[in-house]
Amino acid sequence: MTKNANYSATIGIECHVQLKTVSKLFSGAGNDARQAEPNTLVNHIDFGLPGALPVFNAQALSLASRAALALKTRPQKFSTFDRKHYFYPDLPMGYQITQYDQPIILGGKVEFTLNNEKKTVGITRAHMESDAGKSTHPAGKDYSLVDLNRAGTPLLEIVSEPDMHSSAEAKAYAKELYLLMRYADVTEGDLYHGNMRFDVNVSVSQDDSLGTRTETKNLNSFRSIEKAIDYEIKRQIEVIESGQKVVQETRGWNDAKGRTISQRSKENADDYRYMPDPDLPPIVIDDDYIENIASTMPSLPDELRLKLAKNGLNEAQIETLIEANVDIAPAGYLKLLDAYADDREAARTLANWLVNVDIPLFRDEPSFAARDRSKLYAAVLKLLNANALSSTNAKELIQACLSMPELPQAIEAYAEANGLLQQSDSDELSRVVDEVIAANPKAVSDVMNGELKVIGFLLGQVMAKTKGQANPGMAKQILEAKLLK
Amino acid sequence: MIWEPIDDLVKSVKTGRTSAVELVNRSLKAIADNQEYQAIISVLKDNAMARAKLVDQAVANGEDPGVLAGIPFIAKDNFLVYGSDTTAASNILKGFVPPYQASAINRLEAAGAICVAKANLDAFAHGASTENSDFFVTKNPHDKSRVPGGSSGGSAAAVALGLAPFALGTDTGGSIRQPASFCGVFGLKPTYGLVSRSGVVAMGSSLDCIGPLTRSAKDAAIVLDVMSGRDELDSTTIDKNAAGYSGVKALNLKGVRIGLVKEYMGEGVNEEVKAAIKRAVEDLAKRGAIISDVSLPSLPLALACYYIITPAEVSSNLSRYDGVRYGYRDKQAADLFESYTKSRGHGFGKEAKRRIMIGTYVLSSGYYDAYYKKAQTVRTKLINEFAAAFSSVDYLVGPVAPTTAFKIGENAQNPLAMYLSDVMTVAANLAGIPSLSLPLAKDKQNLPIGMQLMAAQKKDYELLSLAMAVEETIK
Repeated sequence: MTKNANYSATIGIECHVQLKTVSKLFSGAGNDARQAEPNTLVNHIDFGLPGALPVFNAQALSLASRAALALKTRPQKFSTFDRKHYFYPDLPMGYQITQYDQPIILGGKVEFTLNNEKKTVGITRAHMESDAGKSTHPAGKDYSLVDLNRAGTPLLEIVSEPDMHSSAEAKAYAKELYLLMRYADVTEGDLYHGNMRFDVNVSVSQDDSLGTRTETKNLNSFRSIEKAIDYEIKRQIEVIESGQKVVQETRGWNDAKGRTISQRSKENADDYRYMPDPDLPPIVIDDDYIENIASTMPSLPDELRLKLAKNGLNEAQIETLIEANVDIAPAGYLKLLDAYADDREAARTLANWLVNVDIPLFRDEPSFAARDRSKLYAAVLKLLNANALSSTNAKELIQACLSMPELPQAIEAYAEANGLLQQSDSDELSRVVDEVIAANPKAVSDVMNGELKVIGFLLGQVMAKTKGQANPGMAKQILEAKLLK
Repeated sequence: MIWEPIDDLVKSVKTGRTSAVELVNRSLKAIADNQEYQAIISVLKDNAMARAKLVDQAVANGEDPGVLAGIPFIAKDNFLVYGSDTTAASNILKGFVPPYQASAINRLEAAGAICVAKANLDAFAHGASTENSDFFVTKNPHDKSRVPGGSSGGSAAAVALGLAPFALGTDTGGSIRQPASFCGVFGLKPTYGLVSRSGVVAMGSSLDCIGPLTRSAKDAAIVLDVMSGRDELDSTTIDKNAAGYSGVKALNLKGVRIGLVKEYMGEGVNEEVKAAIKRAVEDLAKRGAIISDVSLPSLPLALACYYIITPAEVSSNLSRYDGVRYGYRDKQAADLFESYTKSRGHGFGKEAKRRIMIGTYVLSSGYYDAYYKKAQTVRTKLINEFAAAFSSVDYLVGPVAPTTAFKIGENAQNPLAMYLSDVMTVAANLAGIPSLSLPLAKDKQNLPIGMQLMAAQKKDYELLSLAMAVEETIK
């Protein structure tokens, strides 16, 4: 038994989800700072000018309500905003507006399957708040730069219960949360640009009591969540084993070095002097409001998984499709499959092509994925069913078509022109088989003497003579019929 | 300088008997002639002239120049106004020219009114005498050795001196009513939320009200009518009275139930002030009003409650003055922390610092429940007591302040004595109810005594109609 086996880890995750509103949480300035020049998405409210008052963005409320429904709960009918005070140059008002006392979401859960086991992670709460701006500190300079484009961007901070006990569980939770927020259409979910940022709270213990926790902040990929937690568990065990105590602190993740690093241990020093924000009346919603939002909710991953499984897709295919459907959203994978809901065979074939050809191709070139490919796949399926195409050539045909800037209009003609169609004309194939039999007397007599595997050699000859265009199944049948009757 | 009633002035502008340019010139001349009172921080001569010409052009073109056509006014210097320094009388905002403008100013300008100058105040509206202005002290027009009250002391003095037909003030705990009382003018603090706070330097956001200082209730009603109503830039605004306010008529006092606030007529209140109020109430009774003494048991706690909630909000609202984006920044600071401490340390005056420290203390974790939360509980209690009172009477009346205008310097070294000047006005802010001060009488030293009238929330129209009835009694 290893030392580590004596320890159990407890993990909770806080996730900041950037809501995909058109404008900021409390101002009319634009909310998508990704392509914008610094300080161009800023008005008098974001700039914290004297006399500027926040005005709550109703779209943020609707998105937070969607998030609540995705987390299998309902938004609170009464919630309020508070001010959280601290000084920093990228916090223009000297306080962040957040929901400290009465948040929009209380309770909820995220369910997922890991290693064939069903897991549930509880949600403690989720609250809306405005983001701060961005500070940069140029090396060797005696100044810092502040960009307020992001100041006031709406965030939903989702706080989980400490229900996870391994990095794999934490990663699976984060991934499922990501999928839920994407499917509920709450966020753009651009992880690279920090649209979802994760803070992981980790502690280890040798008994039922909870150990001292650390919080590793600002992780923005599933892989870094997993690695940071693994590192932190190992580090904390080592600290305890060496007779020291784990310090409650905030840590950062250095991806290049693969380790967490102690940041200022400020947990107990800061006093944010929370107070209700007198500029913002409470948010009050009723059942009609919630029902109205609920009626616009799309199918969520759980429901989609069941549906795809009914179509005969395997688990790996399902997960790939469900992720790709939001990661390469313009490609509309699930919509493509929807057309074959009544045809399991076709659905499975198409899923196979999507997973093996379409998705790998468009991961790198998502701009091409927006083209309507329903006609292409219908045509290829038709050729395949008519035995005009081998499964290998079908994939090759799809790959070739998808790689073109414009999808070809006449798929069959294109396949024929490129020698991808197979020979399924039995008279023609019969003639070729006769030629091969005549040209290979030795092999023919071996087969007739019971060495059946030599048929493979003869089949190879048929394929060679037809330049690979023969339908191999049909050619084999004809060979066997002629030699073994 | 005496100005005619606002509706007469507007009629004159519209009929061409006078012009907006003439009115603005009259105002600018009065400002120049009365500099010794130091009511004004800055004059917007060019902007005002340009606007006046536009109004006159509109009249000449036969267009509607608005219900306040050509009327000059003076805004307290915590209103953001295009093209003017907006300092809130503080060093930390000295030289700040706003890139946007207060909603109240926008509405007044749209109605043809013209902002000619910015008035002095206690820095950030913290005070009751304008002695806390970081620039200079305004003198009382009735006695130059005395304060005009505050924090809207510059605005009140400006109206008393006739620098313009009306001025704008802000009232967080009495800052319109108390200086109105000290200067002998009319001052209205409307129902909380009736006038947008957007573009007005915040003091205590849950209490701040914007209102006019005028020569009469009727003028106040006309100005309120233009400024009031929902504003999408201020989520705490409410709809105005369906009928508006400008058509307000004097109330028929017969059978009107008026409560004299018992707690405001007790110890510590100047006898001459009490006597004037008693006389006024007797006059109202003679005209048919039913007078009773009304007690609100939590009133003695109002000032304590106010001086917890207000500093808490002040400390929060003043966080943005950090020297980073605008306003005063100490250039000697070696690092970020020092930049904060030096910029704020030098930029804020004593009173602002006092309130930041009190506010920071009462919001600190561990003290929040004992102070801020308890004060909010008292506030709720007070709101309920006012609601109960207004179920038995239609109006509450009493003095505005315990004394008439005090001497410059008299309370300057004693913040607590200064705070007591607000003791009768803070309750209306805590309860969000409309309250006004009207010039009632003068004491033996010829200093004005004001009378405070209060009504239930959103009864601004009714309150103004009572004020007009009281004005008739005084005439």
